Order: sequence, then C-alpha cells, then structure tokens
Amino acid sequence: MSVTSADTAVSIRGLRKAFGSKTVLDGIDLEIRRGEFFVLLGPSGTGKTTLLRILAGLELPDGGTVLAPRRRTTVYQEPRLVQARRVLANVILGLPRSAREAGLAALAEVGLEGHGGAWPATLSGGEAQRVALARALVRDPELLLLDEPFAALDALTRLQMQELVAELCERHRPAVVLVTHDVDEAVRLADRVVVLRHGSFAVEQPIDLPHPRDRNDPAFLAHRRLFLSHLGVATASH
Amino acid sequence: MTLEKVPLGVPASVKDPVEASVTSVKGPPKGLTKDLANDSANDSANDSANDSAQGFAKEDAPEREVRGGAGATALEPPRYLGGRRRGPVASTAVRVLVPLLLLAAWWYGTASGAISSEILAGPGAVVGALGELVATGQLGDYLLASAQRAGLGVLVGGGLGLLLGVVAGLSALGEELVDPTMQMKRAVPFLALVPLFISWFGVEETFKVVLIAVAAASPMYAYTYLGVRGVDRKIVEAARGFGLTGTRLAFGVIIPTALPNILMALRICLSVSLTGLIAAEQIGATEGIGYLVTLAQQYYRTDYMVLCIVIYAVLGLLIDLAIRGVERVAMPWRGQVAAR
Repeated sequence: MSVTSADTAVSIRGLRKAFGSKTVLDGIDLEIRRGEFFVLLGPSGTGKTTLLRILAGLELPDGGTVLAPRRRTTVYQEPRLVQARRVLANVILGLPRSAREAGLAALAEVGLEGHGGAWPATLSGGEAQRVALARALVRDPELLLLDEPFAALDALTRLQMQELVAELCERHRPAVVLVTHDVDEAVRLADRVVVLRHGSFAVEQPIDLPHPRDRNDPAFLAHRRLFLSHLGVATASH
Repeated sequence: MTLEKVPLGVPASVKDPVEASVTSVKGPPKGLTKDLANDSANDSANDSANDSAQGFAKEDAPEREVRGGAGATALEPPRYLGGRRRGPVASTAVRVLVPLLLLAAWWYGTASGAISSEILAGPGAVVGALGELVATGQLGDYLLASAQRAGLGVLVGGGLGLLLGVVAGLSALGEELVDPTMQMKRAVPFLALVPLFISWFGVEETFKVVLIAVAAASPMYAYTYLGVRGVDRKIVEAARGFGLTGTRLAFGVIIPTALPNILMALRICLSVSLTGLIAAEQIGATEGIGYLVTLAQQYYRTDYMVLCIVIYAVLGLLIDLAIRGVERVAMPWRGQVAAR
C-alpha cells in the first residue's frame, strides 16, 4: 500500500506495538506534513524511540498502518561511526564514490570542512555527532529521524548542535521527527510537539513562535510549563 | 592548600550569587546553561527562567558541620598511584636478560663438559651446523619449500576460515549452519587427520597443503567469528539503514572493524602452520624445515636438533614482527588515537 501525497510525509493509523505484556504504543494516529519539524516528547521508556524505530524500519509494528517516504535517514544518540573508516568514507557510507563531492559539501555544512581525512576516534563527541548529521544530510532525506541526537553531548555543545540542526532543517526542509526528553529543546526547535505518555498522545501542541526563539519569551515559558506539567514535573509559578 | 578546602563546604568568600550557584548548586545543568546563554541573568524579569539556579543561591547557606575539626588529618601531597614507565633502554635490557642468561648457561654447560654433547650440542656445534646448511644452499631451499607449503595452506585454510567466520558472525542462519560443525572440527586435533589424509591424497604436495590448510582454518574461523560478533550491533544497524547489505556490509564495515581479531587469527594461523610443517614434512618430503627435524632425529644429530629449534624460534619471532608491521599499515586509525 502506498499513498502519494504532495504534502504528507508521514501517515500513521492505529499503530500498536507491545513488548511482551507492556503496550508501548496503543493506537497512535499521526500525520506529519512535509517540511514540518515534529517533536515527540516523553519520559524514558514511553515508546517514543520505538515509534521512531518503526518509522526507520528497525522495528515491526504489531498493528496499524505506517507510511513513510523511502528517502529517510536517522541520526542516533550515538554517532555510530565506523572507527576503521575515515570521516568522509563514513559520511558517504553506502553511497557510490561519485558522492564524494556531496559528502565534502555536507561536511562543510556542519562546520567540519577539512576533516574528511580524519579518523573518527580523533573527533570530539560534538564533532562525531556532526559527522553523523552530515551523513544524514548527504542523503538528502525527505524524512529526517532524530533519536535524541543531543542527549550524550555536554550542555554547551548541545546548544550549538540544536542551533545547527535548526539552521540545516530551515535550509533543506525535510520533515523531521525529533525524539527527546528535553522540554527546552522541544520548544526551541519544534513546529509541533506531542507528549507521549502511557502509549498515547497526552497533549499535542503547535508552536508558532518565530525563529530563533528566545528562551525568556513568556510564550516560550508558557509552552515549557505546559509540557512539564504533562510530564509530571511541577514548576514554580509566578 | 586552599584548594583542598573547596569541596568540603560552601566557602565563605563566595558572595556573588551567580558564582555561588555555579559552585554549590547540584540541580539540573539546564539552570547553568541558561546563565551562560543569557547575559542578563541578574535581570529581575528573568527570575522565572532562572528560578532553580538563583532561588537556591539567594537563601542563606545553612550552617553545616565541617568535616575534620579535632580529628583532621595532616595535609599532604597526593601520593601518585599511576604506573611508572621505564625508559626504552632499561625496558629492552630487562626483556633480553632471561634469554641471555639461558644462552650463557647453555654455553657454559656444554663448554665445561657438564652437559655431554650426546644430550645437547653446544652453541659452537649448532653454529657449525648452520654454516654447513648455508654453505650447501640447503637452508635456503628448505625454507623456500616450507614457506610455499605453509603460505598456500594458510591462504586456503585461513581464507576459508575467514569467510565462514564472517558468515557465522553476521547472520543467525550462517551461525546455525556453520558453527556446530566448525566447533566439532576445532575439537579434533588436526594431527589425527594425518593417516586419513595420506590415504586420500598420498604423501605428495596436496597432502601437505591440505593438512596445513585444515590446521589454519580453525583458529581463523574462531577469532573472526568472535571479532565479527564483537562489532557494535548499533553500527551494523546504522549501516543497514544506509543501505549496506551482504558483501558491501562485510567489506565496508564488518571486516575493517574486526581487523584486530583477524590479524591476531593470522598470527596464530602462521604459528599453527609451523606445527603443521613438522607433521607434513615427516613423510614423503626431501626438503623443508620439517624434513630437517626428521633428518636430525634419524641421524641422531643433536646439533641439528637444536638448530631446528632455533630456526623455529626465529621464524616465530619473524611472524610476530611481520604481523605487527601489517597491523600498523592495515589499522592506521589505531595509531592516531590520542588518549581521549
């Protein structure tokens, strides 16, 4: 079954997934527009990564239909680079040699020009994750799946990477599914945020603030408080 | 020694609230990043954003008992617990000490007559035997003949072991198909196959190469299998996601990553092939270093017996050196890794 749609990138109907007796996704319906930055927010173990892995073809759903573009790619929490291959070879992994130019351009886009010949083990955590980002970009995805890609980075690098991802997505406009448990990150990047709890969507909220977003904007803070309350975290109210 | 005091309590000298929050707040790092991202951290309009970081600092630090007091221990420079490296010269000296002592004992024992030449030939006699072999050109011929047999055997057997190891390590089906048989084969000493192989292949070259190949296949299989299984599944998963399958996955990701194991396997294969040579060249051979062992035994020449041992030791060392060289060339990413 396939659907051709000019403006839908992901279409999910009645998606169910259980591990043993634990149902992690219980009848999910979801449409993601092309070019939309969609954030799946939730505490650990709520199935948000499972949903992303189903979209990536790494897990099979137990029920429902899932439609996604074939040209999709994933950036994981870990860079997952092949240590035995140089950075450029990692970026164009699985692509023909003729992709070298595009690979170098992608490296330049993530601020790593001149690093194509380096070995992955010589990179810092942030640099390695930028290589992973270049490896995704070079495939020109229609759907970009981001599985907590900033979670393992230090606080400062995380801010820089969020900025870079926002910028790159603005330029290339893929549909994005970002899985995260960081509320600030969600509000900062998303066009739409969904909080996943107990296998279904607890709240769904478009975020219509101009980019770049000011973390002290009252609207930003209001969104933040809303999501935190749905995640069960009390915040001091003024 | 003021540095020692900082972790023990909130120092009285820290008055600035932002600084205090940095040193004392154990709360979420977000509070910290906000201060860094936002220059106007002290602006009262931002209180809500900085509530966690600033609220804590505004409160008076509670009076807490300071650890130490009357029972405090004296301050001292921390005793260094890391290992000490000896210089390369000292290290090499220690390394060669025991072999040199053994050599000296051998020399003295045989020269003084304490050890009869019937039991063990002296170093002089062994060097003489070596000179004989070199002069007649036999040593070169023997080494060449043995190298050809061992090389071909390791190439065939090691190649097969590598292929099966990758297949078994990569796929569950491959593992089920290959592994039980290979484990059984591994349990059988290859020397036990000699009579059967002679009846199948005769005593000519085929027999020798097949025996060495069979001997070499097992370690190559076992180590390759382990190495491939040890490749991070997450990286394999990512590579599959980028469209790599089959041989491209094997040659692009799996084998390069498992290379340390494969090279270790190669080292063991080459050592095993030396053992194989002794068995294979005992029968139906007119040259080769295994044949030399047989000759020494037949004519009861202890000088040749010892010479064979020396040749094997030197070959073992050369194999080690060669593999180390290959490691350096084939795994350049390892040398560049700084301690990170």
